[in-house]
Amino acid sequence: MGRFLRHQIKTWGLTELFKGMALTGKYLFKRKITVRYPEEKTPMSPRFRGHHALRRYENGEERCIACKLCEAVCPANAITIESEEREDGTRRTTQYDIDMFKCIYCGFCEEACPVDAVVETRVFEYEFHERGPHIMTKDKLLAFGDKHEDQIAADRAVDAKYR
Amino acid sequence: MFDALQAFLSTYLFDWLAILITLVIQAVVVVLPMMLVVAWLTYAERKVIGYMQVRMGPNRVGPIGLLQPIADALKLMTKEVIFPDQANKFLFIIAPVLALAPAVVAWAVIPFGDGLVVSDVNAGVLFVLAASSIVVFGVIIAGWASNSKYAFLGAMRGAAQKISYEIAMGFALVTVLMIAGTMNLTEIVNGQKGGIYHWYLLPLLPMFFVYFIAGLAETNRTPFDVVEGEAEIVAGFHVDYSGMTFGVFMLAEYLMMILISFMTAIMFLGGWLSPFEGIPYLEAAFAWVPQLGWLAFKVSFLLFVFLWLRATFPRYRYDQLMRLGWKVLIPVTIVWVFVVGAMKYFDFGPWFN
Repeated sequence: MGRFLRHQIKTWGLTELFKGMALTGKYLFKRKITVRYPEEKTPMSPRFRGHHALRRYENGEERCIACKLCEAVCPANAITIESEEREDGTRRTTQYDIDMFKCIYCGFCEEACPVDAVVETRVFEYEFHERGPHIMTKDKLLAFGDKHEDQIAADRAVDAKYR
Repeated sequence: MFDALQAFLSTYLFDWLAILITLVIQAVVVVLPMMLVVAWLTYAERKVIGYMQVRMGPNRVGPIGLLQPIADALKLMTKEVIFPDQANKFLFIIAPVLALAPAVVAWAVIPFGDGLVVSDVNAGVLFVLAASSIVVFGVIIAGWASNSKYAFLGAMRGAAQKISYEIAMGFALVTVLMIAGTMNLTEIVNGQKGGIYHWYLLPLLPMFFVYFIAGLAETNRTPFDVVEGEAEIVAGFHVDYSGMTFGVFMLAEYLMMILISFMTAIMFLGGWLSPFEGIPYLEAAFAWVPQLGWLAFKVSFLLFVFLWLRATFPRYRYDQLMRLGWKVLIPVTIVWVFVVGAMKYFDFGPWFN
């Protein structure tokens, strides 16, 4: 009988409904977790995988030795490399293209690279409006690497002991 | 005020023209603010639900997103209205009008203050009840004219749901009429004079809930929005509507929400009466609040509850909805009709003297 009464009071008193509304009412005043994106940004890991870049040594020599490991490991076949022997006898790339539409940003190219030439940077705010510019050529990648070298080097240094 | 205007106009124009102009001005004065309220009610809805889901809601257009409704309206007006190939064009166009017109018409008898009403008819309650039931014709015709399974299903659900909940709603109003002894909305409010415990909320507490729940079902709001049910029938009756035809449906829905809130405030919460009536110091402290201010406060609270419920509860399954309407709400209202009858016979409390 007691259980029956309690059940009836619960049903007709709409207690469950009020409980639910109390919960949402409480959340009305909670701090909002929204990040207002262009003005606010979330913290970013030094391992972030964004736009690609090709790096140089400090003396200005490009790092890439055209070993084609990145081309081989790339699961999306986004990298195309052609190479030749330069006058000084070293092997260098004549073409190093990354198809940004194919790329899945897995970071395997960076892991495979024996000389830390190809890297993925923190830059993720870029877009392509037509076909053509989405093929990142060697010149563009090297220029991109020059522009962001400080940030790239700092990120590699932070992560160095885990690699 | 409008009588003076009419008298002034009729000295220069034909009598019928003066009456017509006065009526049009009256209609604009009532409907235009309501349209603006509807616009910012959509904003409030998105904001409140957003806040309850720990989001920000719209905050891009204007300061804290306040101009969002204007952007929405512009977008809807400039959008192309698409007619389905097999649709009945005449019915397809007339359906949103049929949904909106009764929702607007009902405002003719709603009092915004003592004597502040377009037409003070004696059967105000009946008029509002009749007008608000006609809205369902817009829904049914929209579902039929779209020539789409989903729209038709939504329309059928809408028809069945409206009919079921209309009964509970009507019975809830019967109890109010039993206490008030009049169908005139102004007199119903004046009957609640004399302090917060004179309001019909107390003797009719279950009816207040029944009326509000039936109101939710009438306006097809969650948790009773099986008419629109995104999950199972896409968007129900307005699945084929786009642009302003869709906008008019939304307008009708939100106008109905405001109408139900007004009716609840007038019937149960003492309309424009101050809740501090008869309390020594508070009454004087709040004497500056105009009648319209109290009414607006009560209505906005009820509208907030509409949004609150939407943020809280999942949608009823169709058979559960029908069970609630027929097996719970209607018996409760019938029982309470007898309870009110008994209370009236024994002159119970301050309400029946």
